[in-house]
Amino acid sequence: MHVINADIVIVGAGGAGLRAAIAVAEADPSLSIALISKVYPMRSHTCAAEGGAAGVVKNNDTLDYHFNDTVSGGDWLTDQDAVELFVNEITKELFQMEHWGCPWSREGSGHVAVRPFGGMKIMRTWYAADKTGFHMLHTLFQTSLKYPSIKRFDEYYTTDLMVEDGACHGCTAIEMRTGEMRLFRGKAVIVCTGGAGKIFPFTTNGAIKTGDGMAMAYRAGVPLKDMEFVQYHPTGLPGSGILLTEGCRGEGGYLLNKDNYRYLQDYDLGPATPTPVLKSMELGPRDRLSQAFWQESKKGRTVQGKWGDVVWLDMRHLGEKLINERLPLVRDLSISYVAADPVTDLVPVRPVVHYMMGGIHTDINAATPIAGLYSAGECACVSINGANRLGSNSLGELLVFGARAGRYAVEHAKASKPVSREALVEAQAADAEDRIKSLFKRSGGTERVATLRREMNMSMEDGCGIYRDEKSLRDTVNVIADVRARYRAVSLEDKSSVYNTDLYQTLELGAMIECAETVVHSALHRTESRGAHQRLDHVERDDINFLKHSMAYYNPNGDPRIDYHEVVITKSQPAARVYGAAAGGQAA
Amino acid sequence: MSKRTIQLEVLRYRPEQDKEPVFQTYTVPCEEEWVVLDALNYVKDEIDRTLSFRWSCHMFVCGSCGYKIDGEPKLGCKAFLRDYGDHIRVEPLDNFPIERDLVVVLDDFMEKLQSVKPYLIPKEEKPVSAGEYLQTPAQLKAFKQYSMCINCMLCYSVCPQYALAPEFIGPAALALAHRYNMDSRDVGRKAREDMVAAHEGVWECSFVGACSQVCPKDVDPAGAIQQAKFTSAIDYVTSLVGIGGK
Repeated sequence: MHVINADIVIVGAGGAGLRAAIAVAEADPSLSIALISKVYPMRSHTCAAEGGAAGVVKNNDTLDYHFNDTVSGGDWLTDQDAVELFVNEITKELFQMEHWGCPWSREGSGHVAVRPFGGMKIMRTWYAADKTGFHMLHTLFQTSLKYPSIKRFDEYYTTDLMVEDGACHGCTAIEMRTGEMRLFRGKAVIVCTGGAGKIFPFTTNGAIKTGDGMAMAYRAGVPLKDMEFVQYHPTGLPGSGILLTEGCRGEGGYLLNKDNYRYLQDYDLGPATPTPVLKSMELGPRDRLSQAFWQESKKGRTVQGKWGDVVWLDMRHLGEKLINERLPLVRDLSISYVAADPVTDLVPVRPVVHYMMGGIHTDINAATPIAGLYSAGECACVSINGANRLGSNSLGELLVFGARAGRYAVEHAKASKPVSREALVEAQAADAEDRIKSLFKRSGGTERVATLRREMNMSMEDGCGIYRDEKSLRDTVNVIADVRARYRAVSLEDKSSVYNTDLYQTLELGAMIECAETVVHSALHRTESRGAHQRLDHVERDDINFLKHSMAYYNPNGDPRIDYHEVVITKSQPAARVYGAAAGGQAA
Repeated sequence: MSKRTIQLEVLRYRPEQDKEPVFQTYTVPCEEEWVVLDALNYVKDEIDRTLSFRWSCHMFVCGSCGYKIDGEPKLGCKAFLRDYGDHIRVEPLDNFPIERDLVVVLDDFMEKLQSVKPYLIPKEEKPVSAGEYLQTPAQLKAFKQYSMCINCMLCYSVCPQYALAPEFIGPAALALAHRYNMDSRDVGRKAREDMVAAHEGVWECSFVGACSQVCPKDVDPAGAIQQAKFTSAIDYVTSLVGIGGK
């Protein structure tokens, strides 16, 4: 097998992976970096983030405010040391992005502008119109081209991490153009492969968000943390699941039920004021808004549509000028996909799976329990998001912890000794290659990728969606186990080597099944309601038994083992989450 | 009421078995709201696992799914079936080698993109702790349009110059160079001039403007190239008369 040697191997070239690569290159230009991705960097799903990135920058704001919003927004399941570090470092990272050319929207004075966002007490969300993630990704990618030590391996599909003696020594990846397996040997590996929204049928996530890195780390023995916390974004377009940014509501958009009534006032989020008030109504947190939709639907107050129930997003009062200036993509998408022009029409929306709060367990240095293995971005759980992420904290997270992963990986690589048993790493790589070869040899398969994916998708939505209970979860546990067993009877129809997407979709399905089982088992074991995890049979938050992180461990022969890990609490004791009038939010 | 059946004719090329590309036609039951990409995914999921094509975001921003659809380059996720008849032909983008089916080889573009130094080159590095470079909304507007490129390659596929002279740097990369040149925070124009004003740079463009017409993001690379030609010409004249530019 062809071997590629690097000091640091980074898997995933989205926002977190690129930020990590630049951090490594800046920390020590003599270290070689292999930056591997199954897509070209600019295709990474960071590009789809619209609304912005939160960082304290204005005089009326404080780090404590950002800390408190994030911790309470996460229903106290956040690790407070990580949140404190995050709010301290993010503004510096956003300025760094500015220095690298990110086209942040500006005030008349030339300073960066901020916009209001859900669950935030102060306006602190930096934005680049409604394409913030796109501009951040392209800025990072273009900036990365400055550094000769960053060597990219575009369109390489990573299959396995090489772990020997409790340390990670690299990974195997298939060059998609040739179908050939490569062994990437590195002193440290950083996994930045994004989320796994594609385990659900209706999601804002792109095709590539299949949890490959999460599954790889899980199989290698790293626990996946807090996987039951899946964020539904309140405003997705029906049918396609395309995201309409929270910026729509930040700029003053309303959510209306079928009677044109701003129903959020019935869910402890009011009063309904004509102009937006921070932490109130449409600027409440995403979990509460998506749950309110579900309740409205049960009351028969949503609108029946071909692609399921919808409510209306009303932006007509914002005017054409503001919509064109701040929400141009939203207008383009709405007109194209649902034939509704936000300037003149109500836009149908429904909650849509958007983000995994959970992921690869790391400490605040982005280190996993396996020596030399780091992770950052959506695939990781550090955890600053707890039970519910606030909008505009994820773009910040990938910068702060991507950079941190890079720097700590450098330290590790410099201190590391040569691998004592290289032959064992090579044997592992050969095993990984054999597993791929055996997929090619398998014939007469009775199962289809699309069928299994659909069954998994529907069961996750039905049994493990916005609201869950023991029965629905047990049903989904059974379906996922069944799908997992039947997955072994999938055989490839395409036996060719060059850009074989039958192969990659099959491998992606395997990763998704592994992620899905951690989500549903963690949800079943958590008999309380907290943030985005709402149990109809356990409606209260239970701090005595469940103020702790779920840890799902891989079990090759059956259900994952679920254990727990302490939450770090420093200065904010768990309390009730307060929104609406009681939150005392200011006018946005 | 909403179902519709189309014939989807797709250019296939599997280098290990096909001597040359051949068309294959699939019968696809469609929803009226679908885009061409949805029809391709139906084929992949339900009819033929061997068909390969790139896609991801399904919302016009990742730039993966550029194909030639009924002879015109489009994003597959932005080509609505309602705008097409019941027979739709999908081919890989012109002017690129076919890697497999609708997947084209992008190596040349990736090298060209890097060659124009597409990153901010400030007058002096200032520490991050000093805060942002001030930039007014008007200064932002001067380059914003050119920063919107999603690298979907539609422009290269219609560029007559790129077809004739593959060394031409091409619309998207030149527009990106212009994006940084026009940024009030940047002084890198001289550093980029080697590539931008070289033979294979802006002077190669014959200003047909096809690139701007097909751009799904209204980047207007042709306009960027014309502006760059103008500034390069000014530089050239000032260098001749010896009154030094920027």
